[in-house]
Amino acid sequence: MSTLQPIIAVTAAHVRFGEVRALDGVSLAIMPGECIGLVGHNGAGKSTIVNVINGGLRPQEGSLTCDGKDIDWSVGVARAQGLRCVFQELSLCPNLTVIENTRLMHRNLGGWGWRDKARQIIRTSLDRVFPDHGIDPGAQVGALTIAERQMVEIAMSFSDAGIAPRVVILDEPTSSLDAGLAEQLLNHVRRFIAEGGAVILVSHILGEVLSTATRIVVMKDGRTVAERPAGEFTQVSLVDAMGSTARDQTRSTRTGPAGAVVLRQDLPRGLPFVAHKGEVIGLAGLGGHGQTEMLVALYEKHSPSWFPVRDPRAIFVAGDRRLNGTFDLWSILRNMTVASLPDLSRAGMVNRSAEAKRAATWQARIAIRTPDMNNPILSLSGGNQQKVLFARALSTRAPVVLMDDPMRGVDIGTKQEVYDIIRAEAAQGRTFIWYSTEMSEIALCDRVYIFREGVIVADLTGTQITEHAILSASFKGEAA
Amino acid sequence: MKRLSPDALRLALPVLALSVLIISVFIMRPNVMSYNGLHLLFKLGIPIALATLAQMIIMSVNDLDLSMGSFISFVACVTATWLVDAPLIGALMLLGAIATYAALGMVIAWRGLPSIVVTLGMSFVWAGLAVLVLPTPGGTAPGWVASLMSVRPTLMPMGIAGSIIIAVVAHFVIMRSSFGVLIRGVGGNERSVARAGWSVLWARAAAYATAASFAVLAGITLVGLMTSADANIALRYTLLSIAGVILGGGEFTGGRVSAIGAVVGALTLLLAGSFLTFLKVPNDWQIGAQGMILIGILGLRLLLVRLEKRRGRA
Repeated sequence: MSTLQPIIAVTAAHVRFGEVRALDGVSLAIMPGECIGLVGHNGAGKSTIVNVINGGLRPQEGSLTCDGKDIDWSVGVARAQGLRCVFQELSLCPNLTVIENTRLMHRNLGGWGWRDKARQIIRTSLDRVFPDHGIDPGAQVGALTIAERQMVEIAMSFSDAGIAPRVVILDEPTSSLDAGLAEQLLNHVRRFIAEGGAVILVSHILGEVLSTATRIVVMKDGRTVAERPAGEFTQVSLVDAMGSTARDQTRSTRTGPAGAVVLRQDLPRGLPFVAHKGEVIGLAGLGGHGQTEMLVALYEKHSPSWFPVRDPRAIFVAGDRRLNGTFDLWSILRNMTVASLPDLSRAGMVNRSAEAKRAATWQARIAIRTPDMNNPILSLSGGNQQKVLFARALSTRAPVVLMDDPMRGVDIGTKQEVYDIIRAEAAQGRTFIWYSTEMSEIALCDRVYIFREGVIVADLTGTQITEHAILSASFKGEAA
Repeated sequence: MKRLSPDALRLALPVLALSVLIISVFIMRPNVMSYNGLHLLFKLGIPIALATLAQMIIMSVNDLDLSMGSFISFVACVTATWLVDAPLIGALMLLGAIATYAALGMVIAWRGLPSIVVTLGMSFVWAGLAVLVLPTPGGTAPGWVASLMSVRPTLMPMGIAGSIIIAVVAHFVIMRSSFGVLIRGVGGNERSVARAGWSVLWARAAAYATAASFAVLAGITLVGLMTSADANIALRYTLLSIAGVILGGGEFTGGRVSAIGAVVGALTLLLAGSFLTFLKVPNDWQIGAQGMILIGILGLRLLLVRLEKRRGRA
C-alpha cells in the first residue's frame, strides 16, 4: 500500500508577482485520508498555494510531485489525477442547467445520452453530500439561490464521472450555507477522508477548521508559520499563530474630540457606520467581506446620479487602476485634473493655464516623478500612477475621500509619501475612509471597522487597534 | 403547478409577438390565409432564419458579427457564379471562407480582440471580395438549389417548413449537444470552462466555423430564391440578424440564447415588413415603423427581465 506516499507534494515553492512575494518557499504534502485546514490573513498566500496545487499557477522555483513522481502539472493534468477545486467566487455557468454544468466539468462525459448520465452523477453526489437538498438538476443555475449554487458546486467537485476525486480543495465553502448545510458538508468531508480522500479546507470560521481538519497549516506573508495536528490548536493559539510578533507601527497621533458627523450609514445588521470630520477610518477584515460594497454604497449615496453638481460630497480612489482608475490614452495632466474640471473651467471651457497650474502644484506636493506632465499616464511606474489617482481625488473639494485598497502593488517609498499626505489632509478636516488589506495601513487609522460576511462586527479606536484584535474579529469562532 | 422556467418565459414573448402579427395580417387580408398567401409572406424565411442562427452562435460566445450581411452577400455571389460554372472550385471557396471564420475566432480568443472591431474590418474584406467575384448584378442559381427552394411541400409552404426544420436542427446542435453546451459555457463563464480543462481557443474557433456554415447556407438558399445575386444582396442581414436574436430572447452577453427563439424572432421581423405594407404605411416610413415595433417588443422584454430579477431575489 502506498498510504505513506503523499498524493501531491509541493516542495519549496516560490512565487513572485512583480515586487510582491506571494509564496516564499512553501512546502505542503497532501496525504491520503487527511483534511488540511489552511488559515491566514489577507495576502498570507493561501490562494496562491491553492492555485499552485490546482495547476493554475506555476511556481518560479520549487517542485511538485504527484504520487511520488515528477509531473508536468497543469489544470488539465490536475483534473485527470482526481484533483477538484471549489473556488470562493461562483465558477459555474449561470446560463446553463445543473446537468449541462456537470457535462462541462467532466470532460470525459460525452456521447449519446450524456444528459441522463450527468443527471445521475450530479444527483447521486448531491444526495450524498446534502441529503434532502431539493435541487432539480434540470434547473438553470442562474435561477438557483446563492446557497443552492454553492451546494451544486460542492457536489460537483465530489462527483465521480470516471475519474474519482482524490483531493478536493474547498475555498471558503460555507460562506453562503446556513449552519445545517455547513454541518452536512463537514460531515461529508469527514466521510470522504475516512474513505481515503484528501481535502484542503480554507475557511475564516475557525471552529469549522478546528473541528474538521486533521492538520492545520497557518500561513503568513507567503510562508508557513505553523503546522501541527488540529488537536494541538485552540482558537486562541490559532489567532496568535496568524499574527506577528509585536510589530509596532507609527500610530495615529490625532487626539481630542471627534468632529461633526459627515457620513452615516445604517446597515440592516451589525453596527452602524459613522464617520466624523477629519477622521481616517479603516475598513478591515478579510478581503471580499463587504468592504468594497460599503465604499460603493457610500459613494452612490453621496454623489449625484443624474446631473453633475459643483460640490460633490465624496470622491473615490480606485484600487484596480487599470479597471476603473486611469484613462490609459490620456496624459498625466488630464488624468489628474479630470475630477476637478468644473472648478477649472469657465462657461464650459477648460482654462488651460489654470489646469496646468493646478497640476504643477500637485506634482510638487505629491512628488510625481516625470519630466513633463503631458507625458502619457502609462509612462509612469505603477506607484506614480497611483499617486496621480490620489492627486486627482485630493485636488477636488470633496470633503470625504473613499479609498478602495489603493496601495496594492505600490512600493514602500511611495506608500510612506502618500501616508504623510493623508495625515496632512486629515488634519485639515478631510475625512478618509480607507479599505485596506494590509495590517500596517490599518494601524495608521484613527478608527477601524472590522467587516465579516458583509456586517460590521467590531469598531476599534486608538490603542484598541492591534493585529490580534483585528484577527480575532475577522475570523469567526463558531459557525452561525 | 410547475413554474415556467426562465427560458420558457423568454420564449413566450417572441412567440406571442409573432402570433399577434400573424393574426393582424389575417384580419387585414383574409386572403393571405391560404397556401399561396403564406408562401409569399414567408418566402424569405429560410435565409433570414439561417442568418439569424449564425449570428446567434457568434453571440453565444459573447461576440458580435458585424460582417454577417457582407459575408452572406459574398457567399451569394460565389453561389451564383463559381458554384454554377465550376462547382468544385466554388465549394472550395466556400470551405475556405468557413476556415477563415474559424481562424478569426482563434485570433479573437488568442489576442483578446474585440470581435466588433475584427468583424467590422472583415465586412469590408467580404464586400470587396463579393464585388471581385460578381462586379455587376447577375449570375444564376445552381439548378439543385433552385429546385430545392421551389419544392412545395403538401402540408405547409417551404418558407415555414424549412424554418421549422432549421430551428429543430439548430436546437439540437446548440441547445442539446455537448458541443452546444461547451459554446454556451464559454459565453456564460469562460474562466470556469478553461478551469475544467477545455481549450477556449478551439471552442471559439468551432463556434465561428459553425456560424459560418449557417451563414453559407443562408447565402446559398437566398440565391435559390432570388435566382441571381449582387454584391449588396444581403447587407441588411447584419442588423436584421442581431435584432432577430435579441427579439428571440437572446442576450448580447452571458451565453443566453435560444435557437427556436432566434428563428421566431427572424420570422417576426420578416412579417413586420409585410404587416406595415398591408397597413399602407408609406415606404419612407417603413424602416422607422419597423424600428418602433422592435423597440416596443424589447421594452416588453425589459419588463420581463425585471420581473425575473425580482423573482430571483425573492
